[in-house]
Amino acid sequence: MTSPELDLDGIIDDSGTRIVVCCGSGGVGKTTTAAALGLRAAERGRNVVVLTVDPARRLAQSMGLTSLDNTPRKVAGADGELFAMMLDMKRTFDEIIEAHADPERARQILTNPFYQSLSSSFSGTQEYMAMEKLGQLRRSGEWDLIIVDTPPSRSALDFLDAPERLGRFLDGKLIRLLMAPAKAGGRSAFKILNAGFGLVAGVLTKVLGAQVLKDIQTFVSALDAVFGGFRQRAEQTYKLLQAPGTAFIVVATPERDAMREASYFVERLAEERMPLAGLVINRVHRSPAPDLSAARSTAAAEDLESRGEHELTAAVLRLHAGRMQLAAREHREQEHFASAHPTVPVTQVPAMSQDVHDLDGLREIGELLAKR
Amino acid sequence: MTGKGGTGKTTVAAALALALAAGGRKVLLVEVEGRQGIAQVFDLPPLPYEERKIAVAPGGGDVHALAIDPEEAMLEYLEMFYGLKRMGKALTKMGVVDFATTIAPGLRDVLVTGKTSEAVRRRDRTGKRVYDTVVMDAPPTGRVTRFLNVTQEVAGLARVGPVRTHADMVRGVVASPETAVHFVTLLEEMPVQETLDGVEELRAAKLPVGGIFINMVRAVDPALDGPFDLAELAMGVKAAGLGDDGNAAVIAEALAGEVVEQQRRAELERTERDALETAGVPRYELPLLADGADLAGLYELAEAIRSQGAA
Repeated sequence: MTSPELDLDGIIDDSGTRIVVCCGSGGVGKTTTAAALGLRAAERGRNVVVLTVDPARRLAQSMGLTSLDNTPRKVAGADGELFAMMLDMKRTFDEIIEAHADPERARQILTNPFYQSLSSSFSGTQEYMAMEKLGQLRRSGEWDLIIVDTPPSRSALDFLDAPERLGRFLDGKLIRLLMAPAKAGGRSAFKILNAGFGLVAGVLTKVLGAQVLKDIQTFVSALDAVFGGFRQRAEQTYKLLQAPGTAFIVVATPERDAMREASYFVERLAEERMPLAGLVINRVHRSPAPDLSAARSTAAAEDLESRGEHELTAAVLRLHAGRMQLAAREHREQEHFASAHPTVPVTQVPAMSQDVHDLDGLREIGELLAKR
Repeated sequence: MTGKGGTGKTTVAAALALALAAGGRKVLLVEVEGRQGIAQVFDLPPLPYEERKIAVAPGGGDVHALAIDPEEAMLEYLEMFYGLKRMGKALTKMGVVDFATTIAPGLRDVLVTGKTSEAVRRRDRTGKRVYDTVVMDAPPTGRVTRFLNVTQEVAGLARVGPVRTHADMVRGVVASPETAVHFVTLLEEMPVQETLDGVEELRAAKLPVGGIFINMVRAVDPALDGPFDLAELAMGVKAAGLGDDGNAAVIAEALAGEVVEQQRRAELERTERDALETAGVPRYELPLLADGADLAGLYELAEAIRSQGAA
């Protein structure tokens, strides 16, 4: 079973493609893939911004990103319009508050201990803020192609669930419970509510402590005005991801765990009706002598060793056999994926001996991605 | 056990659990990110929120496993400390459980590390610890300090109160000399850099750094070091019956390409090994498994861990 070929140049050259999302499990080269595609697209004439969430230091440097300042910066040395930015989730959250609340209310929110903790915590906030930033970049209309690298979540899918989770929270009874004291004009908290509410409030006080509950309540009521718009935008961004101008690229390495995660992602994207462009498999091992099989190479090495001749050749043949074994294992993983998802286009990038340090490195990856 | 994504963190955590259980001990292997990684490594159906025996270690000894689900952990916590079992349903319906485990910052981590700490401290009727060791397949290097530094995490949320008290108990377990945070890395630039950064972060947070497990180490024949003679290789290829006068040289040249690549990689690996040395903690090497990390491979890794005195 072979997968169809993924034509990445076709995707980035198509002016209808406005957003490319790179997703996959951690450590598979997502950010590198996003950066390389961004550079290639810019050098082929697109006006591109790459939004990264948590790039490795050297990779960030390769794009001239030295600080996390939450603003797209032009990448020097790229032969075209390439901008890059690192997401600062706290800054993004603060900006939403500042933009949507009057100064007094904004101050109340920004100094609230619960808000401060929420806005710098990774549990979910990064996903919301990545979505928010993506929406902002898209609405700004300054770039005709946005390439985004998804947060290194515990699950690669968390960012898809973020808006829904937020919505569930905002629609939930809990929020009404938390807002109650403010609506009752600050009167003794939960008396106006029914017994069920009262019971839950009691538990919350007992478990969280009265102060925490009070902080959360202050936060929630102050945020009331801001929430509506925030949520609406999260939903818009979600819809944007389903639109035909978006292309999801799943990134993996040819190992069991990463390929399993990739399969899972492909299925989930289909469920969510998100447009999947294809799968990029990074770090694929190949041999310059593919016709000499592992078995034949091992047998020949054994033969030489038993004769006590050509020690060097025997060692080289063993090295080659190991390489062929690895290649065969990786090939099996890919075939497995292809038989489960026969219509998903795939492209491979060979393993490199060195990490990417500069734009030349990214350019080279871009060429490999596009099979040129 | 922590490590950058793709370094084999779960596999090494599982192998360490096997190694620690060897010779008749009892070890609990926990996972905290809902990925069902333990089940996959041991080739089992998905694990429930329940401690169960999943493997027997060499020379007797049991490995038990637990996939911690934050929501279940929260309900259990409420029951254990407040006797509020019956409230569970109401709280779930109200969205309180969802709020606490997905939205409220830090709470999720406190619940998960709290459950693990409970298993560490649990004693049987005779006062003996139920588990000799608990191995946690923790979040990746980039997040682990924050995850383990629970007191800091809830500080903004709760300066006083029950959550804070619970977090302080967890901190007592995590920061004790009985705990060690191990790192899994590959001999590649990014994972090595993250490991070094992670070690520094843990130290700054006054959390106990254990050792570094260098995973997927390729054994290389010393004969392949240094310059070599292409003509000699071509003769060897011919002698091995893999080519004749016509194509032996072509085959030799292709194979030589692999050797050159190998040498370049070996050079980079030396640099990374030197870098890891600067962390000043014990280092252990685990071999690259030819057939991938299957069940037999796990036992092979456990043996490598034991023979190097890491367990």
